[in-house]
Amino acid sequence: MNPNEERLRQLLVRGLAGDAPAYHAFLQDLSAHLRAFLRRRLTRLPDEVEDLVQETLLAVHNQRHTYDAGQPLTAWVQAIAKYKLVDLLRRRATRDVLTDPLDDDFDLASPSDTEAAEARRDLGKLLAQLPDRQRLPIVHMKLEGLSVAEAARLTGMSESAVKVGVHRGLKALAALIRGNA
Amino acid sequence: MKTDELVSLLSTGVDAVAPGAALRRCTMALGLGAIGAALLMADLLEVRHDLASAVLLPMFWVKVAFVASLGAASLLAVLRLSRPGVRLTWVPGALAAPVLAMWLLATGELLNADPAQRVQMFFGETWASCPFLVALLSAPVFAALLWAVRGLAPTRLRLAGAAAGFLSGAVGALVYTLHCPEMQAPFVGVWYLGGMLIPTAIGALLGPRLLRW
Repeated sequence: MNPNEERLRQLLVRGLAGDAPAYHAFLQDLSAHLRAFLRRRLTRLPDEVEDLVQETLLAVHNQRHTYDAGQPLTAWVQAIAKYKLVDLLRRRATRDVLTDPLDDDFDLASPSDTEAAEARRDLGKLLAQLPDRQRLPIVHMKLEGLSVAEAARLTGMSESAVKVGVHRGLKALAALIRGNA
Repeated sequence: MKTDELVSLLSTGVDAVAPGAALRRCTMALGLGAIGAALLMADLLEVRHDLASAVLLPMFWVKVAFVASLGAASLLAVLRLSRPGVRLTWVPGALAAPVLAMWLLATGELLNADPAQRVQMFFGETWASCPFLVALLSAPVFAALLWAVRGLAPTRLRLAGAAAGFLSGAVGALVYTLHCPEMQAPFVGVWYLGGMLIPTAIGALLGPRLLRW
């Protein structure tokens, strides 16, 4: 196995066991791989690349329970990235029928690649659309880094409700992206 | 939101994930669905009154083995199709084998039978209702399995829907063997299989819409 893949795989396996720093390193590294992978496949839609990187990261996170430690990591990640890519192209195809598809080919303004990490879609704005029982747990736990107990105290929710709120909220975020993009 | 910020958001306070989620979800759905199918059967149909003597006949167990092996193979298919990047490999072969075996047995039975009896062996007494009752009994498992697969990550939605449909058809057929009086291989090889293919087709139709994630 490729040493880099093995390193990433171990980071993910540790992340699945609840090791947050390892999981952070995994996602960080993965996003660079995803960006390269998707940029090669979206040469005509460079503006979509970063949005799709983020959407795929969210999918990897939400569906991380489907990874089996014995499975090649590349196959798993690539299948998710391809699925999200095809989903995006299908969504665009439906939308382009309604708008004007001819514009695409005549766009000479070359988009900037320098700010690779800037997405067009603002996940922060999508987050604001979630109901409080999902949004507040995400804000307290995921953005402010509070513990479950602290988030529960601040919101007046039970600890299990906080956990469920984070889980469902991130799924709802993915659903919003599917519906909006 | 920048991608780095998203990475931090996702990894902050991340919980441990229990392994084996796909298997757990699918077996739970199967269990609940099978209970639903049994209740449905108890409510709508009745257990064949000669069941006590039927279980002594080899053909009863051939029938059970036929649907059970199809169920086991399609469970494998569902589990594999629910996880990204996992190939089906030999699973289609495992699905085809029981069907071919039953058709072989059916051909043998028909060839050995008195020509006047062949039509009766093929249609039995209940050919018109069998496939629909199998499909009806599969409904609880079908719904439960779609829920289970939806919570995993199928990437080939039509195929995943079809596999979930076929598995629910096999469970429906398994429950139906407790009611069905037919004991001829040609009947089982055609009408049972036909009944399982009804939820399979519905699953293939609904998969792309219902299983998206």
